[in-house]
Amino acid sequence: MLNIRDLQASAGSRQILKGINLTVNPGEVHAIMGPNGSGKSTLAGVLAGRDGFKVTGGTVDFRGQDLLDLEPEQRAREGLFLAFQYPVEIPGVNNAYLLKAALNEVRKYRGEPELDAMDFMAVARERMKLLEMDDAFLNRPVNDGFSGGEKKRNEIFQLAVLEPSLAVLDETDSGLDIDALKIVATGVNALRNSDRAIVVVTHYQRLLNYIVPDFVHVLSGGRIVKSGGKELALELEDKGYSWLEPTPVAAEA
Amino acid sequence: MTQIAAEASYANQFADLQKKAPLPGCLGALRDDAFECFDRLGFPTRRLESWRFTNIAPIAETNFVQPTDRQDYTRNAFNAMGLPKLGGVEFVFLNGTYAPSLSTIDGLPDGLRVRSLGEVLDNDPDTVIPHLGRIARFEHQAFTALNTAFLRDGAVVEVPEGIVVGEPIHLIFITSSTGLPTLCQPRVLVIAGATSQVQVVESHVGTDVASYLNNAVTEVSVGDQATVDHYTIVLEGESAFRVGNLQASVGRASNFSSHTITLSGAIVRNEASVVLEGEGGECTLNGLYLASGRQLVDNQTTIDHARPHCDSHELYKGVLDGQSSAVFNGKIVVRLDAQKTDAKQSNKALLLSEDAQVTTKPQLEIFADDVKCTHGATVGQLDPDSLFYLRSRALSEQQARQVLIHAFAADLLGHIKVGAVRQQLDSILLDRLPMLSGS
Ligand SMILES: Nc1ncnc2c1ncn2[C@@H]1O[C@H](COP(=O)(O)OP(=O)(O)OP(=O)(O)O)[C@@H](O)[C@H]1O
Ligand SMILES: [Mg+2]
Repeated sequence: MLNIRDLQASAGSRQILKGINLTVNPGEVHAIMGPNGSGKSTLAGVLAGRDGFKVTGGTVDFRGQDLLDLEPEQRAREGLFLAFQYPVEIPGVNNAYLLKAALNEVRKYRGEPELDAMDFMAVARERMKLLEMDDAFLNRPVNDGFSGGEKKRNEIFQLAVLEPSLAVLDETDSGLDIDALKIVATGVNALRNSDRAIVVVTHYQRLLNYIVPDFVHVLSGGRIVKSGGKELALELEDKGYSWLEPTPVAAEA
Repeated sequence: MTQIAAEASYANQFADLQKKAPLPGCLGALRDDAFECFDRLGFPTRRLESWRFTNIAPIAETNFVQPTDRQDYTRNAFNAMGLPKLGGVEFVFLNGTYAPSLSTIDGLPDGLRVRSLGEVLDNDPDTVIPHLGRIARFEHQAFTALNTAFLRDGAVVEVPEGIVVGEPIHLIFITSSTGLPTLCQPRVLVIAGATSQVQVVESHVGTDVASYLNNAVTEVSVGDQATVDHYTIVLEGESAFRVGNLQASVGRASNFSSHTITLSGAIVRNEASVVLEGEGGECTLNGLYLASGRQLVDNQTTIDHARPHCDSHELYKGVLDGQSSAVFNGKIVVRLDAQKTDAKQSNKALLLSEDAQVTTKPQLEIFADDVKCTHGATVGQLDPDSLFYLRSRALSEQQARQVLIHAFAADLLGHIKVGAVRQQLDSILLDRLPMLSGS
C-alpha cells in the first residue's frame, strides 16, 4: 500500500528526513516512535503534501501511484488521511459542512453518489456515537474553541467518516485523558480491517496497549534506526532512546 | 470633459429643474441653498483629507445628465434581475423615479406609511420639511449638496409612535440608462416615532454596463426608545459610480443599526454617520465589501457620541482581489458630555492578491474622560495552515479558498438580524465567490 524508499526532505536549509525506508501493507498497524524533533511530523507532512518541505530524494509509492506527484487533495481522495498533531482552528467553517464536503469529494472520486444532508447526518451521527462525542460538535466551527483533547477526538471522528485506506495519526494520544484515550483507541480499532493500514506516531507505550501495532519503528535524526514488533515499544519505555544509533538530533544540529 | 465644464452643465440642469419642477416655499429655498453649496464646494479632490485615497476624477470629469423616463422598462425585465426577495413590501424606483407598476405594496402593516417623496412633496410637504436637509447636512459635502439641489423623488417611510413593523421594507433603486451617462439621485427619509421598530433595506442595482452615477442620500430619524435596522445593498453595474450618504440621528435609549454590503460598482463611496443625541442610545455600524478587478470601495463612518451612556459597535470587513483597493476611515467622536461611552471599532481586510490594497484609518476624537474606546485593524491573507488542512480533507485548492473567504465574510452576515436579508445576502455571496478566489 505504502512504500517509502530512501525519502529525504528538508525545510529551509535544514535537512530533516535523511533517508526513510518504510513499507506498510494493507491491514497492518505500524507505530513510529522517536525523540522530539526527530522528523516524525515532517514525515507525516511530506506524505500529506504540506507546503514548506522540499523532497530532496527518494520515492513514495501509494497504491501504485507516485504519491509525491499528487496535490494534497488528490492524496486525500486516493485514501490518505492525516490526523494532525496540531489540528487547525477554522472559525466560521462549520464542522459538519466541512466533513460533508470532504466526504462527498471522496465519494465523487470513487464514483459513488454524493450524500445529501440527511444521509450525511445519519452517517455522521453514527460515527459520533463510536467516538462518544456530543452531536453539538457537528454544528460548531472546525476545532474553534475545542479543548486539546476534543480536537484530537474530532480528528478521529473525521477519520471514521472518511474511511481512508491509510491513516496516519500524529500524536493523537497526546492531550487525551485516560478515558478519552480508551474511547479514541476503541474507535480506531473499530476501523481496523484487512484493507486499511494505520500508522500511529506516538511517544507513549500506553496507546499501544490499546491499539496494538504489528510493527514498531524508531525514527531518530531523520532515519528509522530500529524496527521491531510490539515488544520494542516496551523496551523503549524502559530504556529510552539513548542506546540507539545514530546519536539524537541535538548532537547533529 | 473638464471638471469645470461638467460643473457648469449641472448649473444648467439645475436651472432647468427649478423652472420645470419648482418646489414651493422653503423646499425651493433648500434646493437653492444646496446648489449654491455644491457650486462653491465643487467636487472633492484628493487634497481634501477624507478624499485623499479616493480619486473621483472619473466622476468629476463626466457630464452626467438627468435620467430619461423608462416607460418601456417592463415587469419581466425587473423580475429577471433576480433581486433579493425579502417577503415584505417592495417600493421600486427606476432612474430615481417611483415606479408603481414595478412595486408590490399590498399588505402594508397598519399605521406604517411608505410613500414616494414626489407625492409627499406635492401633497404633504409639512411631513418632510422638519427633516430634509437637517439630518444630512450638506454644507461640507458636495455630493449631498448635489443630491439635495436636485431633490425630486425617493422614498419616505413613516413609522408612527409605538408601531412595530415585522417585515422589512424593501426599497429598490434601479438605474437603467439609455446611452448617455446618467445621474440618479435617490433620496430616502425614514422617520421612526418613539418606541417604534422598523427594518429598511435599500438595494441599489444597475442593470447595464454603461457608466452612471448613483448619488444617494438617506436620512434616518430614530425616535426615543425606537429600533431601526437599516441595510444598504450595493449591486451597481460594473462601470457604475456610487456615492451614498447615510445619516442618522438617534434619540434617547434607542437602537440604530446600519449594514452596508458592497458587492459591485467601479467606484463606491459609502458614508455613514450617526449622531447619538440621547442618553443610553446604541448604534451598530457594520459593513462588508467584496472587490475585484480595478474596483475602488471607500467606506467612511462617523459615530458622534453626543450624550452619555451610549454604546457603539463597528465592524467592517472586506475581501479584495485583483488590483482593487479599499479605504476605511472610522471616526469616533466622544463629546465632553458623553461620559460612560463604550465604543468599539474593528476593521478587517482579507487580501487575495498582491496588487490589492487597503488603507485604514481610525480617527478617535475623545473629549470626555470616563469612556471606553477600542479600535483595531487587521489586514491579512488566507491562512496557509487552514488551506492545507482543508485540502488534506479532499477539498480542492479553489474550494478551500472559497470556504475560507466565505467564512471570513459570512461572519459579518451573522450579525444581520433579519433572516431573509441574511439568507439572501449569503446566497449572493456564495455566487460571487468563484470570482474572488484570488488566482
Ligand atoms: N518549516 C521548518 N523550518 C525549519 N525547521 C523545521 C521546519 N519544520 C520542522 N522543522 C524542524 O525539523 C525537526 C523535525 O520536526 P518534526 O516536527 O518533524 O519533529 P517530531 O519528530 O514530530 O517532533 P515531536 O515529537 O516534538 O512532535 C525539528 O527540529 C523542527 O524544528
Ligand atoms: Mg511531531
